[in-house]
Amino acid sequence: MAKKIDYNRRPMPKQEPFERVRNFDEVALGYTEDLAVEEASRCLACKKSFCKEGCPVAVDIPGFIQCIVDRDFAGGIKKIKETNALPAVCGRVCPQEDQCEKVCVLGKKGSPVAIGRLERFLADWEAASGETETPDILPSTGKKIAIVGSGPAGVTVANDLVLLGHDITMFEALHDAGGVLTYGIPEFRLPKAIVRREVEYVESLGVKLRLDYIVGKTKTIDRILTEFDAVFVGAGAGLPWFMEIPGENLNGVYSANEYLTRCNLMKGFRFPAYDTPIKRPSYVAVLGGGNVAMDSARTALRLGADEAHIVYRRSRTELPARLEEVENAEEEGVIFDFLTQPMRLIGNESGWLTEMECLKMELGEPDSSGRRRPVPIEGSEFRMKTDAVVCSIGNSPNPLIPLTTPGLEVGRKGNIVVDEATGKTSRDAIWAGGDVVTGAATVISAMGAGRNAARDIHEFLSGNGSNA
Amino acid sequence: MYEIVERRMIVPNLHEFTVKAPEIAESVQAGNFIIVRPDEVGERTPLSVADWDCDAGTITSIFMQVGGSTAKLARLEPGGDIPTCAGPLGKETEIRDDFGTVLCIGGCYGIGSIYPVARALKEAGNKVVSLLEARSSYLLYWQDKLEEVSDRVIELTRDGTAGYKGHITRLGEILTLEKIKPDLIIVNGCTFLMMRASKMTESLGIKTIVNMNPIMIDGTGMCGVCRLTVAGKMKFACVDGPDFDGHEIDWEEFLKRRQTYNPEEVHPLRKSGCASHF
Ligand SMILES: Cc1cc2nc3c(=O)[nH]c(=O)nc-3n(C[C@H](O)[C@H](O)[C@H](O)COP(=O)(O)OP(=O)(O)OC[C@H]3O[C@@H](n4cnc5c(N)ncnc54)[C@H](O)[C@@H]3O)c2cc1C
Ligand SMILES: Cc1cc2nc3c(=O)[nH]c(=O)nc-3n(C[C@H](O)[C@H](O)[C@H](O)COP(=O)(O)OP(=O)(O)OC[C@H]3O[C@@H](n4cnc5c(N)ncnc54)[C@H](O)[C@@H]3O)c2cc1C
Ligand code: SF4
Ligand code: SF4
Ligand code: FES
Repeated sequence: MAKKIDYNRRPMPKQEPFERVRNFDEVALGYTEDLAVEEASRCLACKKSFCKEGCPVAVDIPGFIQCIVDRDFAGGIKKIKETNALPAVCGRVCPQEDQCEKVCVLGKKGSPVAIGRLERFLADWEAASGETETPDILPSTGKKIAIVGSGPAGVTVANDLVLLGHDITMFEALHDAGGVLTYGIPEFRLPKAIVRREVEYVESLGVKLRLDYIVGKTKTIDRILTEFDAVFVGAGAGLPWFMEIPGENLNGVYSANEYLTRCNLMKGFRFPAYDTPIKRPSYVAVLGGGNVAMDSARTALRLGADEAHIVYRRSRTELPARLEEVENAEEEGVIFDFLTQPMRLIGNESGWLTEMECLKMELGEPDSSGRRRPVPIEGSEFRMKTDAVVCSIGNSPNPLIPLTTPGLEVGRKGNIVVDEATGKTSRDAIWAGGDVVTGAATVISAMGAGRNAARDIHEFLSGNGSNA
Repeated sequence: MYEIVERRMIVPNLHEFTVKAPEIAESVQAGNFIIVRPDEVGERTPLSVADWDCDAGTITSIFMQVGGSTAKLARLEPGGDIPTCAGPLGKETEIRDDFGTVLCIGGCYGIGSIYPVARALKEAGNKVVSLLEARSSYLLYWQDKLEEVSDRVIELTRDGTAGYKGHITRLGEILTLEKIKPDLIIVNGCTFLMMRASKMTESLGIKTIVNMNPIMIDGTGMCGVCRLTVAGKMKFACVDGPDFDGHEIDWEEFLKRRQTYNPEEVHPLRKSGCASHF
């Protein structure tokens, strides 16, 4: 007899909004074992599992969910890790509503299975159990691979290739590893202890990590290639865009990268215990509507802002951020100014921002992206009081590596051009993947690209005579 | 961890600081800078490179103790270590063999960082005149090193205890008295020296390169805090510079941006009891 379908997803315990806006601790507390089992039991274990196809790295979703139902948590985490090396991270930050959960059959009539939350549950369960199973590492191949960048793309390549017996060194420009997971995404959404755990895990497999090492400056890729057999570039998309409107160099105007780096990497929220200062302004306007914008606005509230605005030129439905973070931001009191376009920033005599002039927009015809294009409403200029503007409108790849690597083909937006299936660049022995190729995208897509490149690098190195 | 080979006060409030960083020493060029963190909770502090030794694998900077982070650096002892030393960062100073006569002006920590610039220019075959600026003779250093790489060294002190007496505003006059017609001027040091020198040389019509020192965090083009306006365009000093044409810089904006964290920076000073240094 078919079981009765349960359309209601179990809510995940969270810190109360009034509480959490005053601390930097993680907002979501995660499922308890019983909640996880209840939620997992909703899964219909579909024969043709659409959910799995929705996941960029094809996690065996029905498989791990069945393990949870059976309370075989160790078996469950093992299943996930067959294809996803960072489940504690992905469970927290994947845009599930656009990926695995979007295509879950339960979503047609009710709410889809909370796949991300269950994934996170298993990863946290494993961490709490203190027993991480170390996979077998193949005998040494004697091949050396250099990885540029320690974000999700780089860590994935390192993980996959070290297991195959290669000698891996990961070079990171900053003084801490993890890429955007460390300097960008805030503590309250992704605790840094989790990122550190994942990085320490690949180190425990034998991956060497060189911090403070700016490839292209400390050494060029060509110099590195005199000592290494292959290079993978996972340098991310770290170059911040500005609006190119008047007043952007006023004091009080930040790129989201600066704002979040001061807070996360440099721990400015704990100033003066940590030396790097961060401003605590009262009226903060964040420009943009993606995850970066949500993170900036919610950080501003936690730093004590009276008002944190998200100023976005389209409407709520077009917000590119993860739905869960939009809802969290709303609960916390972030004010959303939709259909609003910043025009100019106005300062006082000492060069400090005081106001922002904006224009109201309305939605017109759909543009090439299929979203309705915002068009200005004539004469709708107005000013809002603000003492901080955080520009969160996007990033592109840093030109440092292309500039110092002759022959490396780059696209119009500075992204490294690769063969999509393999991540191979136009240069011999150089691969690339993640945001440096796609422009700002997602953690899981960076990991997927890393996985493909690792496979191709391994084939290249194997075919190159080592096993002949 | 990066071993500190030397840290000593060479003149009041200016410290010579040598760190072991062999890979940086191998790649560094005149005009580059490094970023150091004094300890695990420390700020990322940019310092211009003043010298290096490839064989010993070391990098030397001269720093002035101004606030909390440089106070921490000043307390470090040889034999100890620091958690971060990253570089070489920024573009190197452009060195050509056909500049002709180049006037290298250094003040404060810039006396140190102009030294490798003068050396490279000299090695390339240019005529090099170095002008060292300080408040008083007891704040001058490295004269011997600069003598070695310059055709002539001129001193300028505000109290006249060494060389010419007065400010950089006397530059035009000094050039006439010394009968020097520079084809290019390069200035390193504090912001005011670079700004005043640029204003002077603008009227003299001599191209002037300055080595800018805005607030920085990563030093790799990621945060944008180091942005400044050059010839009406937004530039990031850490990757587009730090060398820029001094006549194209929006100095007023630059000075304001550098003040951003002054209210906060007073805090560690009070905490560390260093306020008396001001
Ligand atoms: C604030 C913020 C929030 C986000 N939220 C989400 C989210 O909720 N969900 C989601 O899926 N995605 C999110 N993203 C996007 C996601 O983080 C990125 O797509 C992902 O991190 C890209 O991974 P990567 O490995 O390609 O690059 P990165 O994570 O950018 O890592 C690149 C690393 O390379 C280093 N590097 C760069 N140049 C050099 C060099 N020359 N030498 C040595 N090292 C170098 C950098 O310092 C960095 O550590 C967010 C991004 C930001 C900024
Ligand atoms: C490319 C570059 C090269 C430099 N080279 C040298 C050098 O060779 N020797 C030297 O003594 N100084 C140098 N500086 C300046 C030096 O970095 C600052 O004096 C130092 O960071 C001040 O830190 P603090 O905590 O001691 O003082 P604070 O009290 O924090 O600041 C004093 C003043 O220094 C400036 N400042 C503060 N933080 C930074 C920062 N992170 N980056 C840049 N400026 C800042 C601000 O204008 C501030 O008003 C350089 C700066 C740059 C950008
Ligand atoms: S990795 Fe992301 S997309 Fe894939 S199953 Fe997990 S949460 Fe869903
Ligand atoms: S589509 Fe939904 S219900 Fe079906 S197996 Fe996947 S998670 Fe379970
Ligand atoms: S210091 Fe961050 S971009 Fe220049």
